[in-house]
Amino acid sequence: MTSTDAFIAIREVEKFYGSFQAIANVSMDIRHGEFFSLLGASGCGKTTLLRMLAGFESASSGEICIDGQPMSEVPPYLRPVNMVFQNYAIFPHLNVRDNIAYGLRRLRLPRSKRHEMVEEILDLVKLPGYGDRRANELSGGQRQRVALARALILRPKVLLLDEPLGALDKQLREQMQVELRRLQRSVGITFVFVTHDQEEALTLSDRIAVMAGGRVLQVDTPSRLYEAPRSREVANFIGTMNFLGARVVSRANGHLRLDIEALGQLDLPAGGTPLSEGDRTCVAIRPEKITLHKDRPGGDAPALSGTLEMTTYLGERSHFHVRVPGCDNSFSVSAQNNTIQGGEGQASGRPVWLTWRDDALFVLGKD
Amino acid sequence: MSDVSYIRRPNRLLQIYACIFLIVLYVPVLFIPLFSFNDSIYVRFPLQGFTTNWYADLMRRDPLWAALMNSLRVGLSVAVISTFLGVLAARAITRYRLAGQNALVAFIMLPLVIPGIIFGVALLVLMSRMGVPLSLYTVALGHLIVCLPFAVATLLPRFEGFDRSMEEASADLGENPWWTFWRVTFPIVYPGVVASFLLTFTISFDEFIMAFFLSSTDATLPMYIWSQLRFPREFPSVLALSSIILLVSFALVFLALRIGRLGSVRKPGAGSNGAD
Ligand SMILES: Nc1ncnc2c1ncn2[C@@H]1O[C@H](COP(=O)(O)OP(=O)(O)O)[C@@H](O)[C@H]1O
Ligand SMILES: [Mg+2]
Repeated sequence: MTSTDAFIAIREVEKFYGSFQAIANVSMDIRHGEFFSLLGASGCGKTTLLRMLAGFESASSGEICIDGQPMSEVPPYLRPVNMVFQNYAIFPHLNVRDNIAYGLRRLRLPRSKRHEMVEEILDLVKLPGYGDRRANELSGGQRQRVALARALILRPKVLLLDEPLGALDKQLREQMQVELRRLQRSVGITFVFVTHDQEEALTLSDRIAVMAGGRVLQVDTPSRLYEAPRSREVANFIGTMNFLGARVVSRANGHLRLDIEALGQLDLPAGGTPLSEGDRTCVAIRPEKITLHKDRPGGDAPALSGTLEMTTYLGERSHFHVRVPGCDNSFSVSAQNNTIQGGEGQASGRPVWLTWRDDALFVLGKD
Repeated sequence: MSDVSYIRRPNRLLQIYACIFLIVLYVPVLFIPLFSFNDSIYVRFPLQGFTTNWYADLMRRDPLWAALMNSLRVGLSVAVISTFLGVLAARAITRYRLAGQNALVAFIMLPLVIPGIIFGVALLVLMSRMGVPLSLYTVALGHLIVCLPFAVATLLPRFEGFDRSMEEASADLGENPWWTFWRVTFPIVYPGVVASFLLTFTISFDEFIMAFFLSSTDATLPMYIWSQLRFPREFPSVLALSSIILLVSFALVFLALRIGRLGSVRKPGAGSNGAD
C-alpha cells in the first residue's frame, strides 16, 4: 500500500499507562471510505487505540495523521472524527432530538434547518417520530441508533465505533450489522469499528487489524485473514486451524523444502515468510479443507492415516477429531453432511484416512 | 390490592412506631405557631384568644430587621462559597484517584461530628491570637466550616453517578470544555447544586453557637432571638418570629430535597420494550 491512500496513518504509536504498555509500536494505514475493524480479545488495546484516534488519550510516542493532518496537538473537539461510545453516552437530560442536534450548535443554522436535519437523520437510522423521547425511554438498539445519528449528523471524516453491538441480543445484533453496513455504504464515511467478535468483523469489514497484547498481528481482508493467516496467533483467533510442526530444510526460488511431522519432506510456496534454512515453523490447514475417507484412498496424493477419536454432529455438518501417529495434537476435520446418514455410524476407534488438495496446506511465519 | 409485593406489605407495628416518632418530633414544634397567635404574654393553657399583634409588633423592631439582614448576608455568602467549594471537592474526589483519598473525605466530613461549641471556642482563640477582629466575616468563616461537609455530602452522590463519557461525548461532538461544562456537566449535577445551596443556607441561617462565639456587635437572627428571651414580655414576639423562620426553613429544606431527587428518578436505564 502506498502512503497516498492512507486516510488515517498510524505511525509507530506506543501507549504506556505508567509502566504498563497498552499499545506496542503500532503502524498501519486506513483508507478513505473503508469499513475497518480492530479485532482482538478483551484487554488487547482496541479501545485505547480508538481513544487515541478520538483524542481522549495521547500517544506516548509516534504520530497519528488523519487526512494528512498530524493529530497530536489537536484536542478531541477539533478533530474531524466522531465516536459511538461503548455505553452510547446518550445525554440523560436531553431528549432524542436535542441529543442528535447537540453538535449542530456551532454551525449556527436556522432552527428550521436544524430540525429538518434531525428528522432526516432519524429517518436514516429508522427512528422516525422518536424525537421527543427521553434517553431512558429507549431500548438498547434504539439508544445505539441515537448515538449513531448524533455522530453521523456532523458528517465526520471518520466514525469510530467501540463495540457498538456488544450490548445487544443476538438477533438484534445481526439486524444492526446489516444496517451498519448499509449505512456505511450510503454515507461513504470511513468507519473504524472495534469488536472482539471475529464473526462480526468478518461479516462487516473491508479490512481487519487483528490485535493481541497491544500489538497488531496482521492487517488484511477477511478472506485473506482466513485463508492465509501469517502467524499461529492469527490463525487460532479466526476460526479453527490444524497445525503441524515443521523445520525448513532449504529455500530456493520462492519455495521451501520442509520436514513436516507425520508427513515427511514436502515443498511449499514460501509466500511472504522470512524463513530460512534450519528455522522451526508450522504448516497449517483448515478443517473443512480436509477430506475424510473410511477406506484407503487410491492414487499417490499425500494421505495421512489415523484413528477416529470423536464425532460431533452439528446438523448441517459434522466435526471429527482424528488422532494421527506422530502428531502432537489431534486433527480437526469438518465435513458437510451431504448424505442422509451424514455423521452417523462413525464409530470412534475406527481407522480413517485424510487427504487434501495441494494448495490447502500452507506455511506460517516463524513461531 | 392483592398485587402488592412482599416488601411493600403494610406493617402495622412499623406504622404505629412512625406515628409516635413523628408526634414526639413535631408536637413541641407545633406549640410555637400555636402560642404565637395567642392573645396573652404567658405561654400556658387555656388559650386566651386569637391575635396577630405579635406579628405586627415584629414589624416595628429595627434591631430585628438589622439582624435579619445580617443573617441573610452571612447565609447567602456561606451558601455560595460552600457550594462552590463543595463542587470542586466532589469533582476532585470522584474524578481523580487522589492519594489518601479516603482520609481526605473523612477530614472534610469531620466537622459533622465535632461539637460546635468546641469548634467555636477553637476559632475564637485562633482569631484573637491572630489579631483578627470579630465581625460578620468571622461568623461566615465559622459557618463555612459547619456547612462544607453538608455541601460535599449533598454533591458527592451527584458526581459519583456522573458518567465521565458524557463529557467525552460532548467533546467528541465538538464542544470545548467551557461549553461542555454548561451544556452537559452543569445540567446533570444542577439538582445537587441547588440542593446544596438551599441546605447550607438554611444551616447558616439557623446557626447559633458559632455566631455566638465569633460575632461582635452585629447580631445574627438566632442571636437576636436569644437576646430577647431574657424579657418575658417579648416572648410572644419571639414565638411569632420563630414561627416564620420555621415555615421558611421547612419550605427551603423541602425544596432542597425535592430538587435533589429530581433527575435521580430519570437515571438512564435500558428500556423495557425490548427490540424495536
Ligand atoms: N486508564 C488506564 N489506566 C491503566 N491501564 C489501562 C487504562 N485503560 C486501559 N488500560 C489497560 O490497557 C489494556 C488495554 O485496554 P483496552 O484498550 O480497554 O482493551 P480492549 O478495548 O481491547 O478490551 C488493558 O490491559 C487495560 O487494563
Ligand atoms: Mg474495549
